[in-house]
Amino acid sequence: MSTTSGSAHTGTDGGVGAPIDRVDGRQKVTGAARYSADHVLEGLVHAVLVQSTIASGRIARLDASGAEASPGVLDVITHLNAPELPTTRTMSSGGFALQAVTPLQDDRIRHAGENVALVVAETLEQAQHAARLIRVEYDERSPRTELREHGEQVPRFVLSDYLEQAYPPQGVFGDSPDHTRGDPEGGLLEAEVRVDETYTTPIEHHNPMEPAATIAVWQDDGALTVYETTQGVTTTRMALAQALGLPRRKVRVISRFLGGGFGCKGPYWPHTTLAAVAARRVARPVKLVLTRAQMYTSVGYRPETVQRVRLGARQDGILTATIHHSTSTGSEAGELPEPAAEMTKMLYSCPNLETRHRLVKLNMGVPSFMRAPGEASGSFALESTLDELAYELGMDPIRLRLRNYAEAEPDSGKPWSSKALRACYEEGAERFGWEQRNPEPRSMRDGRWLVGWGMATAAYSSASLPAMARVRILSNGRAVAQSGTQDLGTGTYTVMAQVASDTLGLPPDRITFELGDTTLPFALMSVSSSTARSVGPAVRAAAEAAKRKALKLAVRDRKSPLYGAKPEAVGAAEGELFLKADPSRRDTYAAILSRRKMDKVEARRITGLLEALHGIVPAMLPSVPGGLLRAATSPFAGKHSTYDFGAQYVEVRVDPDLGIVRLSRALGVFDIGTVLNPKTARSQAIGGITWGLGMALLEQSPVHAMSGKFVSPNLSGYLVPTNADVPAIDAFFVGKPDPHANPLGVKGVGELPIVGVAAAIANAVYHATGKRIRDLPITPEKLL
Amino acid sequence: MRPFSYLQASDEGVAVATVAENPSASFVAGGTEMLNWMKDGIEEPDLLVDVNALPFKDVEARGHSVRIGAMCRMSDVASEPAVREAYPALAEALEASASPQLRNMATIGGNLLQRTRCPYFRETSFPCNKRSPGSGCSALAGEHRMHAILGASDACVAVHPSDLAVALVALDAVVHTRGAGGERTIPIDDFYLLPGSAPERETVLQHGELIVGVEVPASPFAARSRYLKIRERASYEFALVSTAVAIELVDGTVSSARVALGGVAPKPWRARGAEEHLLGDRLDAAAIAAAGAVAVRGARPLRDNAFKVRLAERAVVRALSEIGGAA
Repeated sequence: MSTTSGSAHTGTDGGVGAPIDRVDGRQKVTGAARYSADHVLEGLVHAVLVQSTIASGRIARLDASGAEASPGVLDVITHLNAPELPTTRTMSSGGFALQAVTPLQDDRIRHAGENVALVVAETLEQAQHAARLIRVEYDERSPRTELREHGEQVPRFVLSDYLEQAYPPQGVFGDSPDHTRGDPEGGLLEAEVRVDETYTTPIEHHNPMEPAATIAVWQDDGALTVYETTQGVTTTRMALAQALGLPRRKVRVISRFLGGGFGCKGPYWPHTTLAAVAARRVARPVKLVLTRAQMYTSVGYRPETVQRVRLGARQDGILTATIHHSTSTGSEAGELPEPAAEMTKMLYSCPNLETRHRLVKLNMGVPSFMRAPGEASGSFALESTLDELAYELGMDPIRLRLRNYAEAEPDSGKPWSSKALRACYEEGAERFGWEQRNPEPRSMRDGRWLVGWGMATAAYSSASLPAMARVRILSNGRAVAQSGTQDLGTGTYTVMAQVASDTLGLPPDRITFELGDTTLPFALMSVSSSTARSVGPAVRAAAEAAKRKALKLAVRDRKSPLYGAKPEAVGAAEGELFLKADPSRRDTYAAILSRRKMDKVEARRITGLLEALHGIVPAMLPSVPGGLLRAATSPFAGKHSTYDFGAQYVEVRVDPDLGIVRLSRALGVFDIGTVLNPKTARSQAIGGITWGLGMALLEQSPVHAMSGKFVSPNLSGYLVPTNADVPAIDAFFVGKPDPHANPLGVKGVGELPIVGVAAAIANAVYHATGKRIRDLPITPEKLL
Repeated sequence: MRPFSYLQASDEGVAVATVAENPSASFVAGGTEMLNWMKDGIEEPDLLVDVNALPFKDVEARGHSVRIGAMCRMSDVASEPAVREAYPALAEALEASASPQLRNMATIGGNLLQRTRCPYFRETSFPCNKRSPGSGCSALAGEHRMHAILGASDACVAVHPSDLAVALVALDAVVHTRGAGGERTIPIDDFYLLPGSAPERETVLQHGELIVGVEVPASPFAARSRYLKIRERASYEFALVSTAVAIELVDGTVSSARVALGGVAPKPWRARGAEEHLLGDRLDAAAIAAAGAVAVRGARPLRDNAFKVRLAERAVVRALSEIGGAA
């Protein structure tokens, strides 16, 4: 069940705010939807990657002769025979890669799972078999995951052991790694109550159902088409052109359906370059699909963090100091600090604040953005500390948060573009029954189960990126809307049809939305919850312009019932244009175009450029990692600060004898501005909360210190929630259309719902058991 | 995957003879394990002999025992009324295993021969004495919170993953086999080997010897049995710790007791000390607590899995309490 008070539902059935089914649902369940690896091309051959089994050192000898002689093998590409390639540009130098590794250019190994060969064969099985026949000998160095202390091997990698080696990164998503407001140490001294605790979160992986895949096809004219599992066709095109030294116009990238991305398909990765190189060498279309194990070494991960949070408060709950230091695992292959303390800057009103981000450089693959990068890990620390403070003060945790409610963006003093967080707390508390909570730990039971209730705040800074859209109204009464954006499985096809529907006055089933192709008007990456709020306004603007063109034809056409009307006086609904003052005077797009013997009218519009300009300038400066991703958000632009907000409420049951925790209830209330489609928004919300459950109780990816390798690169050892773990989850939306974010009033929903869930669960576990777990995931041994 | 030959056997004699005479041949039934090993490079057979068509597909309740054909699918056995009523721990262990899809494919014989989930065994670039004898044990000093606390050696600390085998050990099952030398009947507790210095040897089966069935004697304690599996995830996960317990009470005192543990040792672990401790006593809280403590006596945990000692003890206590009606 969902409320839809955030909707701006207008006349046409199925328009913005209507909970319509996914327009591509039937294609997906019947298998008609072609994902990147599903494309059938004549002459297609198969590639298999071979990756290093060591984390640090050099390739001493590589013998590919067995593979080359194996049946069906067309090519084996290694550092010994690979073409010289331009250095792949990373995000810190204006590119889109996180890995500062141009593939197969030298014999160096920087992390376990670095690409060392690509085998191409007629069939997948032949390529897989030949890949096994490649013999690689390494000169192995002791990897920088293996800390030796007192001459003794410490075999288990734990980031806490490495904090002395931490260094300040060049930037944190475009911000400085260190930030101070007021006098944080003075604020601590002034405090009547202090909490000082350290929280740790493990490495986690994205695990999209669909692995990364590339099909590369070269045309005779030297042009390249790539079917790629990417969250950004435009950026992949730019990156691929740069990586191969081709002009952009020679590269086309297609990504019509994605089986989940969650951040790992946002950056550009070196295996895409290799697939294109292979296709050129064998002069055949080449398909490369990463194995599940390769997904753990090739597309990033959420890094491990150690976070120390210090809070100072007066007895009445008013915060006097907030200090949040975060250190995350880094890589020799590229730099990406987890921005865990970023949200801390804005979440509560506190005059004295310090945040700090540090990295430890290791022989591990470079981390990547992962659903709510920074906020997911950071909120575990901050929102757990708030709960600890609430217990110290003997104060209800919602009350404590309301005491420190930020009425304006604390650093800049800018007003929020919209903020319904208070309503999120209130509606959540009421629906959950929070007031019946006895705050005393171990006070609630159900048979042998201890019951605990916990809550946490969610916030996320979703991005607004420039986007272009084209809308074409056809003489058959249908319309086509286009933008080179992506649908990660989240519902872009559906909600964009709804946006166009509202503006054109056509039902969504008469609108086809096309995306995921660089031949379409450009849009940027589907990252940072940006798609709805970036592409939606462009689609709306283009639809509005196309409608005006059609209308102009009508009002100038003596045969039209709308002849002579002022365009502003004409409404559009249910496929017809009508005079608002006299709805009996109506016309249709089909009739308007047919009378003029035109087969279409179309318009193209770009939006978000002005907002982005403020952000793009700093983004273009070198050495600002991820600048383009985050810098284009509204905090840099305009007069308002824009965030998505929410409140998470959970109930857990803990078996105190066996240490088992089960989530029994979860409820999230969110302010995402306009809800384009309550059904797809709800799917995002329950998906995010489910992932938060995984983060809280199950997910971790240990590193074998001595070899620098992930111990369980598979879904058998890496646990994600199953249906049996997931209770009924409720999600509600209370926000109103945001008047300042964009003309649609839309904020972001992709990342927000995972934020705060792990903390809410840890807080509930404390309430149930009296045990405060500061190290994720909350596994049985921590509760025994 | 390496190219291999495939033979569908319709006659058990031919199947056994074919595998017995070819050192790099293997049987395949449900394929839920064998295919993983082949894809992961753990096994590279030249010849797969498919035994799915062989006739060992029935569950026969014979009054004094139930005989389960080796080719029976796990899900079919779990839903068999004769099993559910007279051997509840068996049905519970089967239903706690894997996922519905896997239980629909996997066979009883194959289940007994599944191999450890130790990540260092499964990922072939790590040293592992079980997969590659003499290469070393990566788990001993590595990630081993899931590993053995009982029965392990310096060569291998992996645990056996089967749920079913734990229940079978508790219920005194025997394994019927057929090999080149004829038929054998092996008590299941003798079927599995401890690793010692040769962790690659996991069972007493000879190469080419085929499991044709398991037989479980009927008994009052089998009818009063319980399988409890403890795992972080609510389903589709191997046991952190599990236990199968079975009790016969006469006039309120324990006349027969069986206690077995899973997820704690390289083989399904029969806790005979705990069984003896329960005999002749009332099944009260004190007796149950004492039996739990005895069940894990002699445990030698590794650096990161001491919690399993306590967890195993508590699992036994919980299962006995439930079966005795005390919880």
